[in-house]
Amino acid sequence: MSTAYGLVAEFEDDHALLEAAEKTRDAGYKVIDAYSPFPIHGMGDAIGMKRPILAWVIFGMALVGMCVGFGLQYWVSVLNNPYNVGGKPMNSWPQFIPITFETTILAAGLTAVIGMLAFNGLPRPFHPLFEHPQFHRVNDDKFFLVIEAKDAQYESTHTRNFLEGLGPIEVVEVEGEE
Amino acid sequence: MATPVHSLHGDPVIGPNQTNATITAKISDIVLKDQPPLFWWCGLGLGIMLLGGLGIGVPMLFYWGVGIWGLNIPVGWGFAIINFVWWIGIGHAGTLISAILHLFRQEWRTSIARFSEAMTVFAVMCAGLFPLLHVGRPWLAFWLMPYPNTMNVWPQFRSPLVWDVFAVSTYATISILFWYMGLIPDLGAMRDRAPGKIQKLIYGVLSMGWRGSARHWERYEIAFLVLAGISTPLVVSVHTVVSFDFAVSVIPGWHATLFPPYFVAGAVYSGFAMVLTLAIPVRHFYKLHDFITIRHIDNMAKITLATGLVVFYGYMMEVFFAWYSGNPYEQYMMANRMSGPYAAQYWALLFCNGFIPQLLWFRKVRRNVIVLFVIAIIVNVGMWLERFVIVVTSLHRDFLPSSWDVYSPTIWDWAIYIGTIGQFLLLFFLFLRFVPMIAMFEMKLLTPKSEKTS
Repeated sequence: MSTAYGLVAEFEDDHALLEAAEKTRDAGYKVIDAYSPFPIHGMGDAIGMKRPILAWVIFGMALVGMCVGFGLQYWVSVLNNPYNVGGKPMNSWPQFIPITFETTILAAGLTAVIGMLAFNGLPRPFHPLFEHPQFHRVNDDKFFLVIEAKDAQYESTHTRNFLEGLGPIEVVEVEGEE
Repeated sequence: MATPVHSLHGDPVIGPNQTNATITAKISDIVLKDQPPLFWWCGLGLGIMLLGGLGIGVPMLFYWGVGIWGLNIPVGWGFAIINFVWWIGIGHAGTLISAILHLFRQEWRTSIARFSEAMTVFAVMCAGLFPLLHVGRPWLAFWLMPYPNTMNVWPQFRSPLVWDVFAVSTYATISILFWYMGLIPDLGAMRDRAPGKIQKLIYGVLSMGWRGSARHWERYEIAFLVLAGISTPLVVSVHTVVSFDFAVSVIPGWHATLFPPYFVAGAVYSGFAMVLTLAIPVRHFYKLHDFITIRHIDNMAKITLATGLVVFYGYMMEVFFAWYSGNPYEQYMMANRMSGPYAAQYWALLFCNGFIPQLLWFRKVRRNVIVLFVIAIIVNVGMWLERFVIVVTSLHRDFLPSSWDVYSPTIWDWAIYIGTIGQFLLLFFLFLRFVPMIAMFEMKLLTPKSEKTS
C-alpha cells in the first residue's frame, strides 16, 4: 500500500520559493524542505532549520587531528625512539609544527566532506521525490517547496489549498515512504 | 533587458543573456550531447603521445635505476626535484582560485575555478611521481610513512623532507576532496540530463543522490567554506615546506629566509600562467566566451603580473644578500650563477620572469588572448628554468672545488619529464570530456536574475 510522502509545490524562481517557504513556516508547518538548483541565501531560516552542528564537529575533529599529529611525533621522537639530531632537545617541538599543522588540516577537510554527506543522509540513490514529473530539473532550473506527510499539521486537501494560496506553478502529491 | 552583472567593476563576469537553463544546457551538453571538437582530439592525441615518455622512461628507470639519469655527486637532485617543484607550484593557482578568491568574494573566480582545481589535482599527481621515482626503489616508498615496523625505525620528523611527505599528501587529499565536493551538485544535474542508462548510473552514483534540498545546501555551504578556509593556509604551507627542503640546508644559495614567500609567489605565478595556457584555448574552442569573459582573462593576467613582480623582487634580493652577507661561498655562488656554466639558463630565466611579465602592465596586452597565451608559455618555461637554476647552480659547485662537477640531463630525464606533461594533458582532456568543466550551480548565482537576492 502506498502512502503519501508529501505535497510538492513548484515555484517560479528563488525569490518566490523563499517567500513561500517563509509563509509556510509561519503557518506552523515544521517538516518542510525546499529544493533548488543552487543554495539560496536565508533558506535555512525560511524552512525553520536549526543551525547545523557540522561546523563544531569539524572543529572538534581538527583538534583531534592536531593532537594525533603532535602526539605521534612526540611519542616517536621522545618516548619510543629518542635519537639525538644535531644536539637538539628530544622534544624539539617547533620542528613538529609543520606536520601537526598538516594533520589538523587533513582531519578538518575529511570531516567537512564526510560529515556533510553523513549529516545529509547521502549517498542516497533513490528518493520518493524523484517520482515527481518535474523533479529531474531540480538541479537545472526548477524550484520546489515540499510539505511532508509526517508533519503534524499535514492534511491532504487542507495543505494542498494552503500551498495553492502561495501562488505556485503547480502542486503535486508524491507517494512513497521516507 | 538584463543588465550585466557587476557592471560597476567593468566588464561582466557572465554573458547578459544567460539564465539557469542556458547555463545547464551549455555546460552539460559539452559532455552529454556535443561531439568533441577537433581541438579535443588533438589535445588527447598529444597527451597520449607524450605519455609515451613515461611509458618507456619509467620501466627503464626501474630496470636500471636512477643511474640512467644525469645525476651525479654533488648534483644529487637534478630533474626529479626541479620537475617536482615546478608541477606542485603549478597546482597552487587552482587552490588559490577556488579557496582564497572565494574567501575574498571574488565572484569572477567561479567560471575558472572548476578546471583550475582539476589542473591542481593533475599537477599534484605529476609532482608526486617525481619523489617516488627519485627514491630509487619506489616499491619501498611507503617507508616514508610512519608505521610500526619490525626494523623499529621511524621517519625523521625533524627533517623538512618528511614534512614534505605530509604536506604534499595532505594537499593532494584536500584538493581532490574540494574538487569532488564542488562537483556533487553538478553531477546531480548530469545524472538528471544523461540520455543513456549507463551514463545515468555512473553520474547517479558519483552524485551521491544529490537532490538540491535546502537542508543539504546549508551543510554543503558550511563544508565548502571550511574547505576554502583550510585550503588557504594549506596552500601557503605546502610551498613553504617545499622551500624548506632547500632553505633548511646549508648549501650556498639555498640557505635563505627569503625562500618561503619567494617560493609561494613563484608557485602562484606559474600556476596562473598555466591556467591561462589552458583557459585561452578551451575558451576559444568550446566557445565559452559568455562564461570566461575578457574580464577573467584580464584579472588573471593582473595576478600573474603582481606575483611575477614578487618573484622578480626575490631574484634581486638573492643577488643583494649574496653580496651583503659577506660570505665568500654565497658570493661565489652568485657570480657562478651569472657567468658560470649555467649562465645562459640564469639570464634566460630573468628574461622570462623579469622582463616578459612587464608587458602585462599594458591593458592591450592583457586583453589580447594570443599575445597572452605566448606570454603564459614563456612564464611556464621561465619558472621551470628558475627551479633548474636554483637546484643545479647551488649544488654543482658548493664548498670544496675538489667535489665540483657539471650536471647535464640525459634523454631519460627528458623522457620522464615530457611523459608527465603527457599525463597532465591526457588527464585534463579526459576531464574536459567527462566532467562539467564549469561549476554550473555556482554560475547560476551570477545570472542577472539571481543577483537581485543578494
